[in-house]
Amino acid sequence: MQPAPSNAEFRLDLFAVPAVLVSFLLLGFFVAAKTPDPLMALQAWTFMAGIGVALFWLVQHYKNGIPDDDRSAYANDIVKAGVIASMFWGIAGMLVGVIIALQLAFPTIFYFPDFPFTNFGRLRPLHTSAVVFAFGGNVLIATSFYVVQRTSKARLAGGLWPWFVFWGYQTFILVAGTGYLIGVTQGREYAEPEWYMDLWLTLVWVTYLLVFLGTLWKRKEPHIYVANWFYLAFIVTVAMLHIVNNLAVPVSWLGIKSYSAFAGVQDALTQWWYGHNAVGFFLTAGFLAIMYYFIPKQAQRPVYSYRLSIVHFWSLIFIYIWAGPHHLHYTALPVWAQTLGMTFSIMLWMPSWGGMINGLMTLSGAWDKLRTDPILRMLVVSVAFYGMSTFEGPVMSIKAVNALSHYTDWTIGHVHSGALGWVGFVSFGALYCLTPWLWKRQRLYSMSLVEWHFGISTIGIVFYITSMWVSGIMQGLMWRAYNDFGFLEYSFVETVEAMHPYYIIRAFGGLLYLTGTLIMAYNLWRTIRGDVRASEPLALGPQMTPQLATA
Amino acid sequence: MSRKEIDQATGTETTGHEWDGITELNTPLPRWWLWVLYACIVWAVGYWILYPAWPTLTGYTPGILGQSQRDDVAQAMLQLKSSREAQGRLLASATLQQIEADPNLLQFAREAGKSAFGDNCATCHGSGAQGFKGYPNLNDDIWLWGGTLDDIKHTIQVGVRSTHPDARQSQMPAFGRDALLEPKQIADLTEYVVSLSGGKADAAAVARAEPLFKEQCAACHGDDAKGKREFGSPNLTDREWLYGGTKADIQAQIVNGRGGVMPTWGSRLDPMTIDALAVYVHSLGGGE
Repeated sequence: MQPAPSNAEFRLDLFAVPAVLVSFLLLGFFVAAKTPDPLMALQAWTFMAGIGVALFWLVQHYKNGIPDDDRSAYANDIVKAGVIASMFWGIAGMLVGVIIALQLAFPTIFYFPDFPFTNFGRLRPLHTSAVVFAFGGNVLIATSFYVVQRTSKARLAGGLWPWFVFWGYQTFILVAGTGYLIGVTQGREYAEPEWYMDLWLTLVWVTYLLVFLGTLWKRKEPHIYVANWFYLAFIVTVAMLHIVNNLAVPVSWLGIKSYSAFAGVQDALTQWWYGHNAVGFFLTAGFLAIMYYFIPKQAQRPVYSYRLSIVHFWSLIFIYIWAGPHHLHYTALPVWAQTLGMTFSIMLWMPSWGGMINGLMTLSGAWDKLRTDPILRMLVVSVAFYGMSTFEGPVMSIKAVNALSHYTDWTIGHVHSGALGWVGFVSFGALYCLTPWLWKRQRLYSMSLVEWHFGISTIGIVFYITSMWVSGIMQGLMWRAYNDFGFLEYSFVETVEAMHPYYIIRAFGGLLYLTGTLIMAYNLWRTIRGDVRASEPLALGPQMTPQLATA
Repeated sequence: MSRKEIDQATGTETTGHEWDGITELNTPLPRWWLWVLYACIVWAVGYWILYPAWPTLTGYTPGILGQSQRDDVAQAMLQLKSSREAQGRLLASATLQQIEADPNLLQFAREAGKSAFGDNCATCHGSGAQGFKGYPNLNDDIWLWGGTLDDIKHTIQVGVRSTHPDARQSQMPAFGRDALLEPKQIADLTEYVVSLSGGKADAAAVARAEPLFKEQCAACHGDDAKGKREFGSPNLTDREWLYGGTKADIQAQIVNGRGGVMPTWGSRLDPMTIDALAVYVHSLGGGE
């Protein structure tokens, strides 16, 4: 254990972090004052608001001297903040998802030309970024900070700098998200923020990497736990992907617009190298790290196979990085690059499934717990969805299948079986574990609400992905149908009309999923308050073991 | 720290490491997993040998099947073309009237026309060619520029107010916006136009507007207000309105003199497709 820092000790971070924040506040003010572009001014003011909140929090947190959390063996307040931020952004992002699903199902009703920020084209990137980066990103940052401390027996490195990561990341989300609404985008899928926010995120992300590495460096364990390999692979690779894909030349230092360093098909390939590995390293490697800590912890069983974890880790990160070109089958991309994208996607199947095997088989000898522990059930079902998506992905990367599936709703269904089933459920499982652990509650407010959440959201996922399978395959078949005379059987608009009922089912599935998330938010909020549901006395049902090493 | 133990439930040895209470079993790699991984790798290598795969300094490995995506597309296009060829040749050599007279050719032309209509024309005219406000209905027998096969074909070729030098041209003046008439006069004219198709109108205003109509409107719309094809001017005495038939709609049209644009398709679609489209539109119900 780290010796607790004494109050008298000089801490550079307590001066450096506020100094950096104030500098950026001034920079934001300078840009807001000087820019001729009203959108840039709005972005600068939003940025200053984010930094302002961070500074305000800092003053509140330290006005009565060094808080207890800074002296405890593990930094917990930052993980608590991450849990709350995850819930907030999760609800926001899923709500926007339901709204745009309704816009697609009922385009004449949910269309407000007088309010351009409600346009589908602006809300769609808001939804994807909010659920992937705001919700998923906060879950990853919070759990990584929790896990790396416990599995390294070391306090988080960098003093106040982890808080810079937290607030810097929230500010990034705020400025990027409001930017989409006012029409600021560089038009790269999942990388829409413009150059100045890309630079800011780079700064935040490199700080995150240093905090994580610093904690590993200080570790009191001889070996680095497998979850931390995955976290590290996620942080390092996302940094690389983010920087390369966003290489761009700003038109002016005070304007929003920039031009990519790449052009034509090279630009497309760079974008999908980024896009696919955002799935691979953000949504797969990062969440596998969560799985590797929370499943053995909640099941109280050893990880199934150390050897498998090594082989599937290295094969996964080596092969994943090649698979991006499968997003560009039958395009201007040279055919040899398409071949590599497809064959590496096929070879990726077993490395992906290695994680599934390790997650599921960790329950050997504890399968009975699935009956009684809905949190564990959620975690295990997430692994099942992971296995399904990582089988479906290689199948869809095969050119002959892709010729049917590409550009259809099948892709949307595939993404959501991974996003709702895998990423969502593994995150919910982790948050259900973390909340009583962090706030030192014996148990969640209600376990039956977890059952409800699990049931409603699972049904929601099934509605969502089955409707998109049917809709997508139908769409692909209609596009390619020729009549006996050699002419296209259907016009484009007829295919859109045919999708209408499935869009309604999809919106309904999404609504169910959101409902489950709201139930969870309520349950966690009551748990944080210290409530226990009257009809579920503590003596009944599974207990959650408080995990705090020292308080 | 390193204490290898045998796990009770599985009988497997642990690695002896422990992190925050988590241990790991030293289970060997599942055989089926390993063999499927190998099989995928073998399959990938086989694919690389058969198909274009790896970049080289000067190009790429072509694969022994010599597959080319461009050739595949070209061949598929050729195949599609040849499936249409026999009928297509007949269509190209026949006049529009001959096409309509031959049931086989007519069916082929209608199929080709329907397919081309759905992807090129339906955006404005609607998938059932029913039209929208500002976009003519093609199912009825009202034709601004003529409804014979040749008239329709010519309209498709040159478009309306398009960039084509021979485009169908007509321009109604914006009597209000350009201050050609007083607001009072426009109000009177509106009443007059409403009265033409038997609508309820203020008799005094109608009487006031009569000489004004003769002076300002009759040149294009005709003394009888029934429209003139040579100008593309619409009949004002029926109850069909391109820009709406309420009093407010009619007044707005006199004020702004709106006129839509139809692109020229002569340079975008091949002659056979244009013939097919003309036959298709003609056969929708209102052809002359």
